[in-house]
Amino acid sequence: MKHEPVIQTRGLTRYYGARAVVQDLNLEVPRGSVFAFLGRNGSGKTTTIRMLLGLVAPTRGGGSLLGCDIRALTPAIRARVGYLTEEHQLYGWMKVREMGAFQAPFYPRWQDKIFQGVIGHFGLKPEAKVKDLSRGQRAGLSLALTLAPDPELLILDDPALGLDPVARRSLVESMIYLTRRSDRTIFFSSHNLADVERVADQIAVLDFSVLRACCPLETFRSSVQEVQLRFAGAPPPLPNIPGLLQAFRTERELRVTCIHYNGETERALRQLSPLSLEILPMGLEDAFISYLGERGEKSFILADAEVAS
Amino acid sequence: MNFNIVISTGSSTPIYKQITDQVKRAVASGQLTVADQLPSVRALAESLVLNPNTVARAYTDLAREGMIETRPGRGVFIIQKRKVFAREEGLRRLEPLLEALLGEAMALDFTPEELKAALDQKLNQWQPRAGDESKDNQ
Repeated sequence: MKHEPVIQTRGLTRYYGARAVVQDLNLEVPRGSVFAFLGRNGSGKTTTIRMLLGLVAPTRGGGSLLGCDIRALTPAIRARVGYLTEEHQLYGWMKVREMGAFQAPFYPRWQDKIFQGVIGHFGLKPEAKVKDLSRGQRAGLSLALTLAPDPELLILDDPALGLDPVARRSLVESMIYLTRRSDRTIFFSSHNLADVERVADQIAVLDFSVLRACCPLETFRSSVQEVQLRFAGAPPPLPNIPGLLQAFRTERELRVTCIHYNGETERALRQLSPLSLEILPMGLEDAFISYLGERGEKSFILADAEVAS
Repeated sequence: MNFNIVISTGSSTPIYKQITDQVKRAVASGQLTVADQLPSVRALAESLVLNPNTVARAYTDLAREGMIETRPGRGVFIIQKRKVFAREEGLRRLEPLLEALLGEAMALDFTPEELKAALDQKLNQWQPRAGDESKDNQ
């Protein structure tokens, strides 16, 4: 039981008209992980999340959530999942305290201690009117309402969107607090790679509707590498390099980003007889950008005339 | 004990490595000594706002290198260093650091003599690890 993934999809696919929004997705989210779901805007993250929750029907394929088929989720299963979206239903005329009291009866495992803890952490006053809250405070209230039912699986769709740095930090702290229970799983989408680096241990990368990576964060980071080659003159044309992501040439230098750099890659690069070959360490954000950026060779050289004009 | 770990995201050094590097440095410089206690995985994760697995990974690496020991129910402690790397492996690890140092020093126009003097001066500032026998490999 413990080793059964909390989320699992097989060939999950969704079309809108003739356009595939999510294509053949095989995703596995281990129990107890903090799983970051990454990808550029429009890559299909939200549609995937909505399919996982049974809010959108898959065109093909399927999956399971806490062991239950996503096409037939029961209320009992839904009660064990916390879902936070941007458009969380908040009633402006209620007070913060009343929002909690209003939601509590719907959830058998509601814990007021968690609700109080989170609103306190975001600096919310229980007597404040919901309509007077700032964006960050509304996010804090939504998070409190999502966490108080003590969900086994927390699904957050871009929770950091539009939050200021202070509110974002409170969010990340709350996520870390949640990992105190090792059987709790967090699945969240985000564009903020600094937060991802802090909090996530697993990542999945969606690119143009297709899953391109699903692995521990460190595996992803260490498998993308940048190599700097120096030459006496203009760098020679680049042969076919296995795993090439991007190449960038300047006057006497070639910078090549590869995935799964190994002996074979190095031999291919050495054949260009560079003066030096150096592997440069890469941060998560750079690795992500090369991984999802346009493939192939680029140069950034503008003719002097163009710059001057 | 006055020792704080500072991590930065967006760095090309993974976070777990930032932690191990800083602990090693604190030990080498005498800021941390044998029997000093480190925060628990959970406490450090919460104070640095990190996934506990990242801290656990750093501690596992430090334990494997014989720098720290987890005593169940009591905490994490700096221990007298066991020899874990053969001399050869140690040299292999030292090599890139020397390369980096020399490269920087040359770029800053240091002569070999000046560099040696600077290195000697630094070595004198760093207290050796308490109870550490650096000759124990012989």
